[in-house]
Amino acid sequence: MAQQTDVASNRSMLADRPARDDAGALERGQLRATPGFYQRAWRRFRRDRISLAALVVTILVVAFVLGADVIARYVTGHDYYTGNLFDQFKPPLTDGYILGTDVNGRDVLTRLAYGGRVSLLVAGLAGTTALLIGSTIGAVSGYFGGVTDAVLMRIVDVLLCVPFLSILILVAALFRPGPVALAIILALFGWTGVARLVRGEVLSIRSRDFVDASRVVGATDARIIWKHIMPNIVPLLVVWMSLAIPGLILTEAALSFLGFGVTIPTPSWGNMLQGARDYYTRSIANVIIPGVMIYITVLAINLVGKGLRDALDPRLND
Amino acid sequence: MLRFIIRRLLLMVPLLLGITFMVFAIVNLVPGSPVAQFEANPRMSQEDIERIRSNLGLDEPWPKRYVIWVGNLLHGDLGYSYINGVSVTEQILAVLPNTLLLTGTATFIALLVAVPLGVLAAVHRNSWFDNLVYVVATAIGSVPTFWVGLLAIILFAVKFQEWGFPSLPVGGTSSFRDETGLLDRLRHLILPAVTLGLLSIASWLLYIRASMLEVIRQDFIRTAYAKGLGGRVVVYEHAFRNALLPLVTLIGLTLPDLFGGAFIIEFIFSWNGMGRLAVNAATSSDYTVIMGAFLLFAVMTLLANLLSDVMYAVLDPRIRYD
Repeated sequence: MAQQTDVASNRSMLADRPARDDAGALERGQLRATPGFYQRAWRRFRRDRISLAALVVTILVVAFVLGADVIARYVTGHDYYTGNLFDQFKPPLTDGYILGTDVNGRDVLTRLAYGGRVSLLVAGLAGTTALLIGSTIGAVSGYFGGVTDAVLMRIVDVLLCVPFLSILILVAALFRPGPVALAIILALFGWTGVARLVRGEVLSIRSRDFVDASRVVGATDARIIWKHIMPNIVPLLVVWMSLAIPGLILTEAALSFLGFGVTIPTPSWGNMLQGARDYYTRSIANVIIPGVMIYITVLAINLVGKGLRDALDPRLND
Repeated sequence: MLRFIIRRLLLMVPLLLGITFMVFAIVNLVPGSPVAQFEANPRMSQEDIERIRSNLGLDEPWPKRYVIWVGNLLHGDLGYSYINGVSVTEQILAVLPNTLLLTGTATFIALLVAVPLGVLAAVHRNSWFDNLVYVVATAIGSVPTFWVGLLAIILFAVKFQEWGFPSLPVGGTSSFRDETGLLDRLRHLILPAVTLGLLSIASWLLYIRASMLEVIRQDFIRTAYAKGLGGRVVVYEHAFRNALLPLVTLIGLTLPDLFGGAFIIEFIFSWNGMGRLAVNAATSSDYTVIMGAFLLFAVMTLLANLLSDVMYAVLDPRIRYD
């Protein structure tokens, strides 16, 4: 009975196992493993209906974007760069153009799919690179401390002094990078957030007993960081990623809208809006559609991030 | 306190130096140069181009140019624009008040909306109101500002005029007609400021809600209730004041994002401010203006950080830095 009060808070854990006094469960093969951290987190995530819906929407968007070729071939029958100038500014659902055409007579739906590839590619690549750079620097800084920490944090301070969008506009306008280079640039200026986060967590974890124990047994620094500290940080990184990607999508869209990001003729959701801006009197659909696409994607990923944060946070007594 | 401020100001000096170096390095790494516009012209002889280059001082080694630039900087001389020859300092000072007006109004509007809603949402936790506020805040915070700005212009300026409603102007800071009074300025200000404030509303709303929730959970709030104080008093006098402190820091830290957003807003609404100046300079490769504008943004960011730290120390008697 005393055991039951101790584990009373882990009621969800108990729900998966047979009663404790069922001694024959092991032999009968009915004893299931206690769900692990990620399984419990997934269960919590599943219970949040909004986040689940958002996850479905995100998957749909990614599928739409990945299947751009398929859509171009079978659904619309147009590609994203050939324009028929006689078909300018067709409204949606006319003449076989499902979402209408833009200023050059190109099919909007196809361009939306291909443009999504570029937008999501840039955001994903930038986020991943920033994650790699930032978590490495943060971990090294937090683990070793001392001069390394001071120097690295000074660099972070300098980078944080200039507003993110300003320096991006500066660099993008001057160098006119392609999508991959743009992603690298975004990462080069955006890793500071992760670095600070990781550094804080590493600082708090490094003083724990199991790290000391590992060191006593003779583990090298690299092994301690990689095998012991990092796995504890992964939930944090996942949440950061799910919140950083929407921001990066918005940033890329803003840059392309200003004319500094992905340049025409490569489509991206941002520069579709740039083209539409000049001709909004001719076609409002051109202004609305890419913006709605950006909005839905960003909102969905943000809501998934909120759900992830609630699911992965161990301090659940809200 | 004074020692703290002085120490921070002294620390800002190497940071500023680092920033000047970064801006200078970026601008000078760019392929091409200010005289590139001449090189494409077939009627310009090579020696003329060389003469222009040496007149502008562009054939000096870059460390020397950097030192000259920083030296002039300390006298307040930011150089002259490559495109129209006007002094950079003059151009910046002419448009800086507009940007400050826009950013200030946006901050004010954002605070006006975010603080009451955040407090109310925290006080009525998990009610329908709270959930609604949370979802609406996330929805607002996910929106692409430039798209909303564009739609707002189309709706409130163009369509309203078509439909015969009183409409807002399409852009600019004031009208060219005689009515340049306060009302006219306000009419021009409201759309850009609200659009700029949207993102801030979302993030500050969620932040102050979280902050209030944390404060409400603390023991001294429970004590206040136990003493018999009414709900209103506890919330507004005790909880709210404590929850406000992190918000002050947050405002200082997110002010640079507002400056960044101002770039886009000023571009869309043709608002004659520093963001638009910088974007135009970046488009036309006007290097001196670019360097001057971005340096100024960095300085404003640093000052905003310093201000928020100082405000935090002023508001919270528990914090003593020296």
